[in-house]
Amino acid sequence: MRALVIDDSKTMRRIVSRVLVGLAYEVVEAADGQQALDALAAGPLPDLACVDWNMPVMDGLALVTQVRANRDWRDITLMMVTTESEHSQIVRALAAGAHEYLIKPFTAEALREKLDLLGLVPAPLAGTPA
Amino acid sequence: MTIAPETFCFVRDLVRRESAIVLSRGKEYLVESRLLPVAREEGLADIEKLVEKVRQHPHSPVSRRLVEALTTNETSWFRDGDPFAALRDTVVPDLASSRRTTRRLRIWSAACSSGQEAYSIAMTLLDTPAVADWTIEILGTDLSSVMVQRARQGRYSQLEVNRGLPASHLVRHFERDGAGWRVNAQLRSMARFSELNLMRPFPTVGRFDVVFLRNVLIYFDVATKRDILHRVGQVLASDGYLYLGAAEMTMGVDDAWERVAAGRSSVYRRRKDAS
Repeated sequence: MRALVIDDSKTMRRIVSRVLVGLAYEVVEAADGQQALDALAAGPLPDLACVDWNMPVMDGLALVTQVRANRDWRDITLMMVTTESEHSQIVRALAAGAHEYLIKPFTAEALREKLDLLGLVPAPLAGTPA
Repeated sequence: MTIAPETFCFVRDLVRRESAIVLSRGKEYLVESRLLPVAREEGLADIEKLVEKVRQHPHSPVSRRLVEALTTNETSWFRDGDPFAALRDTVVPDLASSRRTTRRLRIWSAACSSGQEAYSIAMTLLDTPAVADWTIEILGTDLSSVMVQRARQGRYSQLEVNRGLPASHLVRHFERDGAGWRVNAQLRSMARFSELNLMRPFPTVGRFDVVFLRNVLIYFDVATKRDILHRVGQVLASDGYLYLGAAEMTMGVDDAWERVAAGRSSVYRRRKDAS
């Protein structure tokens, strides 16, 4: 599976990418919303995009809105990964089309659990069999 | 039961040395809830005895276990996922048809810790159309008074609400509470919490339609497991359902139960011919 990790912090991109690579994801990184749109236009399309909210050039909410407006990108699962933690902001992000929302700081386990909720953990790693 | 200050300090220093994780004051409840099972597995009466053993054998496996117990695996919402999907899709619809005159369901979360399981059950029932306007009573019990108090308050840190709770449920059922979150009044009204030691005779708890007894029996010997299962059977409706942890089973412990498939999960019911 492929993931696009969008965050203006290089450290944060590395933390998220490391967990995803550990789950056998192929990861591409972008430092703002515009770079992410460029990466999507260039393809190949990711299965998952992890989107920071506050970024220069184009913020995460604008990016989510643009991705949702493009029918060719409708299969991409969008997860906000951000320090923004107000109730109203989470509602806004979900209304704009984000599927999940992970608040920073988070543990690797919390990120894996969110991916599990989204059905995006590769089968052999998705927990113990029943 | 409360942990002695010098015991907490010893544990805090050990964990900081070994893992760089800092257990601040106020985390006594975490130390209690994580270390009691370790003490039990080591055949020790309580946390003080466990810490005494670690003091005497600082580089032993038990010392590593203590650190691991405090640095991994916080309680998640909807822990293991499938049991809650089975509750919504199989267990509750089945019970709903046989209880349509009373329109009432009682569920027991028998080792509720800080309350995530009980509130996950409440959220699941609100998402189950068959019982949407029914009277729901969820009882959460735990050995630790500190845990019961936490569960009752329904206050959780940012880190805790990140664990397995879908964002859609967070915005629907929680409100901001200082730096953290609090379960909303509707969910709190569905659940009540009290102290209960599973090893002792149950106080009058009434009859339940579903009992969650997950990842608890692993800490007890076979005779105690059998005794607990027998007493749980006495407070479970004859057509009720029992949930155990994925790695637990009644086979060879108490033959009065049969395992039945429910979605991608399994649950236990009392055999028809069992007393």
